[in-house]
Amino acid sequence: MKPYKPPFIPSSEITPRDLFESRRKFMQLAGGASLAALLPHGVWAAEKLMDVKKSIYTVPEELTPQKDVTSYNNFYEFGTSKDQPAMSAGSLKTRPWTITVEGEVKKPKVFTIEELLKLSPLEERIYRLRCVEAWSMVVPWIGFSLSELIKQVEPTGNAKFVEFVTLHDPEQMPGQKTAVLEWPYREGLRMDEAMHPLTLLTLGLYGEVLPNQNGAPVRVVMPWKYGFKSAKSIVSIRFVEKQPTTSWMKAGPNEYGFYANVNPEVDHPRWTQAKERRIGEFLKRKTLMFNGYADEVAPLYSGMDLTKSF
Amino acid sequence: MMLLKNLNNQTIAWIKAVIFVLALFPLFKLGIAAYSDNLGANPIEKITHRTGYWTLVFLLITLTLTPIRRLLGWSWVIRLRRMLGLFAFFYGCLHFLTYMVLDQFFDWENIIKDIVKRPYITVGFSALLLMIPLAITSTDSMIRKLGGKRWRWLHSLIYISAIGGVAHFCWLVKKDLTNPITFAILLTVLLCIRIIFWLKKLRAEKS
Repeated sequence: MKPYKPPFIPSSEITPRDLFESRRKFMQLAGGASLAALLPHGVWAAEKLMDVKKSIYTVPEELTPQKDVTSYNNFYEFGTSKDQPAMSAGSLKTRPWTITVEGEVKKPKVFTIEELLKLSPLEERIYRLRCVEAWSMVVPWIGFSLSELIKQVEPTGNAKFVEFVTLHDPEQMPGQKTAVLEWPYREGLRMDEAMHPLTLLTLGLYGEVLPNQNGAPVRVVMPWKYGFKSAKSIVSIRFVEKQPTTSWMKAGPNEYGFYANVNPEVDHPRWTQAKERRIGEFLKRKTLMFNGYADEVAPLYSGMDLTKSF
Repeated sequence: MMLLKNLNNQTIAWIKAVIFVLALFPLFKLGIAAYSDNLGANPIEKITHRTGYWTLVFLLITLTLTPIRRLLGWSWVIRLRRMLGLFAFFYGCLHFLTYMVLDQFFDWENIIKDIVKRPYITVGFSALLLMIPLAITSTDSMIRKLGGKRWRWLHSLIYISAIGGVAHFCWLVKKDLTNPITFAILLTVLLCIRIIFWLKKLRAEKS
């Protein structure tokens, strides 16, 4: 038996490590991409968000499945039934996109969505979401505190409130062809609420960029308030002196107030807010004061009569 | 059109059988969706809405039969009225059972509070209660026992039930009134036709 003799390999033939590793990565990506191409549009179109760190704002509760979070939506710009947004929000173009930040600020600025994504480190926060219709979810949002953006524009002393305005374009948002609400959708916060670290400027969901039906490309999320406060597809943030009148306040002044804090003791005029159905659960849960965020936000409202400022 | 004016018993029996099967279709569809986990993120809400919707649809269909008989002269359609009215009651009961069992899970304290305190539930619940005597007296022997005049008087409760049902729907939607208003308009038309008939009859009696 001949002893084994390794073949001679000239060093020029040896592929450098970083090159073969990058080739492997390319093959994996190509494989993944071709696999993804076989899947239905909505599944592979999602863009992953990189370098997202975990946040301390995480509730230890079971997440609502991604399928439910992205198929059961109140987004009247795309229709008033829950399943319509997921079906018809494809008409929304989220690139290019800008947010105009203006009003009572020293440095008004127009941010592109790319600038926003880099404005501050992205974090994943697992928040409870309580709808005014008495259902709830647990959602892994991605974004950063709105205060990070606010600091950059330097509000003046006259800035007492913040107003959020959603895109108004009936071609992209077919629900705006009917006047269910006054368009564009307007929401607002008091300055201290807007600066509160829990108020999340939201760019992603479940590790990916926001799906259109969830308010792409940028929305806010205030987990201690009913869902409708969390304006979606925002094109303008305005700093103002007087309390803005929101779309829902105009639609039903005795049913929807400016604050809309989750409060099991203050009923909606037509239904109770004491309990909620967590999506995916059978028995109803008791609704928590400020949706379970009382430790963080209750001081914002000390001394206020929450039955009047509902 | 003339062909549809007079039908023999056998044809009517066939039509009744077909309508019976069709009327069960919404329930069948819900059952399939529930079995294949296709009721969406909030199945209880979907079942509640669907059963409520079909209750109103069958109420309105039932109320369409008398005008059809009067306006087109198709007297046989009245023989479908009992079955369609009972289907309205059937879906109404399913709607309430969904609320009682799936939505509230026998939380009697809360159910009673809802019925007393929430006007839309008060109205909807009353509308269903009013249908109970109508369902009980729907048999031939009950019609005979009561006599035509009293029976007709009792069964005019259906108007109150229908108005209550539509009011219940209008009252509960958050903002978009498109569907409830459609029901309200149809019901108004059906009731107006009856008022016109009634006024004509009054005038005929006077002269």
